[in-house]
Amino acid sequence: MGNNDIALMAHLMRRAGFGARYEELEERAAKGYEATVEELLHPEDNPDGLDLDLAERYFIEWNHHTRGLPEYTAWRMINSRAALAEKMTLFWHGILCTADSKTQSYITSHAELEMFRRCGMGSFRDLLLEISRDPAMIYYLDNCLSHKGAINENYGRELLELFSMGVGMDGKFNYTEQDVKECARAFTGWTIANGIPGQPYGRYEARFVYNPADHDEGEKTFLGETGNFNGEDIIDVICKKPAAARFLSRHLYRYFVADDSQVPSWMDTPPRDPDTIKILEDEYFRSGYNIRSMLRVLFNSDAFKNAQFSRIKSPVETVIGTLRLAGDWTSPKPGFEWIFDEMKYMGQEILNPPSVEGWHTGREWIDGGTLVHRINFTAEFVADVNHPGIKEIIGRLAKTAPVITAEQLVDGCLQYMGHYELADGTRNMLIEQAGKRGDLNTSAEDFPEQVTKTMQMIVATKEYLYA
Amino acid sequence: MTSNKKDPVLVVLQMSGAYDAVNTIIPYNDPRYADSRPVLQVAPEEVLHINDQVGFHPAMKPVKDLYDQGKVAVIQGIGYPNPIRSHFRSMDIWHTAEPDKMGTEGWLGKAVRDLDPNKENVLTAVSFGRGLPRALASPGVSVASVGSLESYGVLTGIDGEDQRSEALDIFARMYSPLIGSGPANDYLSQTGLDALKGADILNTAPLTYSSSIEYGGDVFSQWVKNVSQVHLAEFGTRVLYTGLNPGAFDTHANQNIAFPKLWGQVTNAVSDLYEDLKEHHKNEEVVILMFTEFGRRVQENGSGTDHGSGSVAFVIGDAVNGGVYGEYPSLDPAKLDEGDLRWNNDFRSTYATLLDKWMGLDSQSILGGNFEQFDFIR
Repeated sequence: MGNNDIALMAHLMRRAGFGARYEELEERAAKGYEATVEELLHPEDNPDGLDLDLAERYFIEWNHHTRGLPEYTAWRMINSRAALAEKMTLFWHGILCTADSKTQSYITSHAELEMFRRCGMGSFRDLLLEISRDPAMIYYLDNCLSHKGAINENYGRELLELFSMGVGMDGKFNYTEQDVKECARAFTGWTIANGIPGQPYGRYEARFVYNPADHDEGEKTFLGETGNFNGEDIIDVICKKPAAARFLSRHLYRYFVADDSQVPSWMDTPPRDPDTIKILEDEYFRSGYNIRSMLRVLFNSDAFKNAQFSRIKSPVETVIGTLRLAGDWTSPKPGFEWIFDEMKYMGQEILNPPSVEGWHTGREWIDGGTLVHRINFTAEFVADVNHPGIKEIIGRLAKTAPVITAEQLVDGCLQYMGHYELADGTRNMLIEQAGKRGDLNTSAEDFPEQVTKTMQMIVATKEYLYA
Repeated sequence: MTSNKKDPVLVVLQMSGAYDAVNTIIPYNDPRYADSRPVLQVAPEEVLHINDQVGFHPAMKPVKDLYDQGKVAVIQGIGYPNPIRSHFRSMDIWHTAEPDKMGTEGWLGKAVRDLDPNKENVLTAVSFGRGLPRALASPGVSVASVGSLESYGVLTGIDGEDQRSEALDIFARMYSPLIGSGPANDYLSQTGLDALKGADILNTAPLTYSSSIEYGGDVFSQWVKNVSQVHLAEFGTRVLYTGLNPGAFDTHANQNIAFPKLWGQVTNAVSDLYEDLKEHHKNEEVVILMFTEFGRRVQENGSGTDHGSGSVAFVIGDAVNGGVYGEYPSLDPAKLDEGDLRWNNDFRSTYATLLDKWMGLDSQSILGGNFEQFDFIR
């Protein structure tokens, strides 16, 4: 097992999870890359290592999910070994968007996130069916207000535009305005019981109800096919289309491989890497719309393995990754709520995507305020030698040799933080700074401070903004 | 407007949580007021009368004094189409000026782009608070987002002045754009350098500031002081934004305790700001907008008030034509909107007035439509 294997594992865990400490990287690299991919792809067969029983005794509001849902979600991201399941939950939360600012029912949002955990790596068809029956979604996009003879197009439109195909591809429209109407007609009668918000009776979980009396039984023509379609038939028609394969492939690519353009421009902007998109599209059809199969092909592809540091980290990745690196919040203690605020200040509030279009990613994460916040937050964490993860990095560096050079210090920090890479110019600046007083005595009293100073500068680099 | 007039500046004070409009500007002469507010009513003789119909809550005396000097426009019955009683969505609507769809760009972010199209000043807009309000968010627009003026900056966690200045020196070099490194990298470089430069300039504001005004010690009053410091430092800042901590005015319970205290604190800060600017002869170029996301239920719940609709906003400054604007919504139960004050003027009319008549911008392009304007700007 060489450094290259660990560096590749660090890359996989940053993308398929929220990063990992060095000991976990060593352990996973020893098992092998493909074995780790399989473990991540099959959370149902592998323990997630979460002691939720203990956490729920401490955070008692998690028992009913009426409060504390963002914190609960963050807790799972920090502590679950089934990292990809949590990463996919966030993936779908950012595409099949609902926002608590409208739904105002954590218990219903919780049910939605659990559905993403359950179905997020299964069949795309099943997932679209689940989201069409999801109470939070039905309320968020007003399908409960869509009736036979008086449709509300909101869900019907977004299902096509933002959830399954996109406006167009290769310069051509994927559907017409008439298709939107026919789609909305097919979903009439798909509604909820127990209204949202729950007042005045209290916040009970809403559930899906199919009301045949309110369903439009008339003939519909949708994407060229005609019949007495219900919602399920519509989803079947959509999933057969190349546009659905393209849509899902581009989303997976943008989330896991490299920054690319935002959804609304996909009709006219070709993919950054058409060959990889083609491989994913082929796998979509070959596997019968299976997301897990597409992910397997993706993670084992050279395009993925060679795409290190080509995505700007999202705020959630930044905060959760930092906490995982530092080894903080592995057991319950007071004051967890601010974690959620930190991500919000950096521009990503879990459960409140800015619109049904989800978060804009890539460089749009970064403005003057969010950049300063991101750097200062991360720098504060890596400077705290009381965090077990930071202590561990210092310990590993101290064990290298009694005396190390500034170059060894900088490269060692980069390695143990997850094999980060800096541009030569940046690296030289940090070496120059660290070496101002010559070589470093690793048993010196101020050695921990020398290490954390270097890590603070590393997290302030442009390079560290990427994963 | 005279030709030697300085550049107009807009200060926005966001009162999150939704202050109770009915107890802010009180219709003390309407018997239905006392009827619907058995516990929360303010006695007519305590109300600070504007006219024989309405008046300020007694805790708002500092702003009432400004009103008496003709410097306060009270915008009654302000709201937006299809009221939503969610704090977050409602605040989004005020921020994006888009009630009909989920917008992502802020109305002031667009204004900043028009004020400084070539991005010549990294401090055209400065926000004080935690996180940038969506009102100021717009692609490519650089806004300084400051938690506290005294401690603002990059890598503030590094101890020791020498060490920090060395770190910042490296930071500046690390963020120098490299030729041929691509647009994303160039953008990150520019943003990093703008933040660093902004912080460098902003850090000087408290050093040059001196005033006889003593602001309150609470976070909001200190942010208002920061607003004054930045304006007085003459960095060319045109939009200054701050607000009360989220939820503060959300008085579902114990309103009689929290509400007067908050208005006392807020209006003192507003009055301190005005006096501070005046002491430095820089009051004339500033107009203040103070708003909240919606009003509260007319019928109290016995201890507080629940989420409502129609609200009241304030525009304050020397350039303001003081008085009441908009109609006070009727308290007649038949005329309420599900128990709430029915709005009668779109908040975008107030925005349009401020953008056009005060800031000299094209409100139509910023707001995406033409809205009837008030004449509250002289």
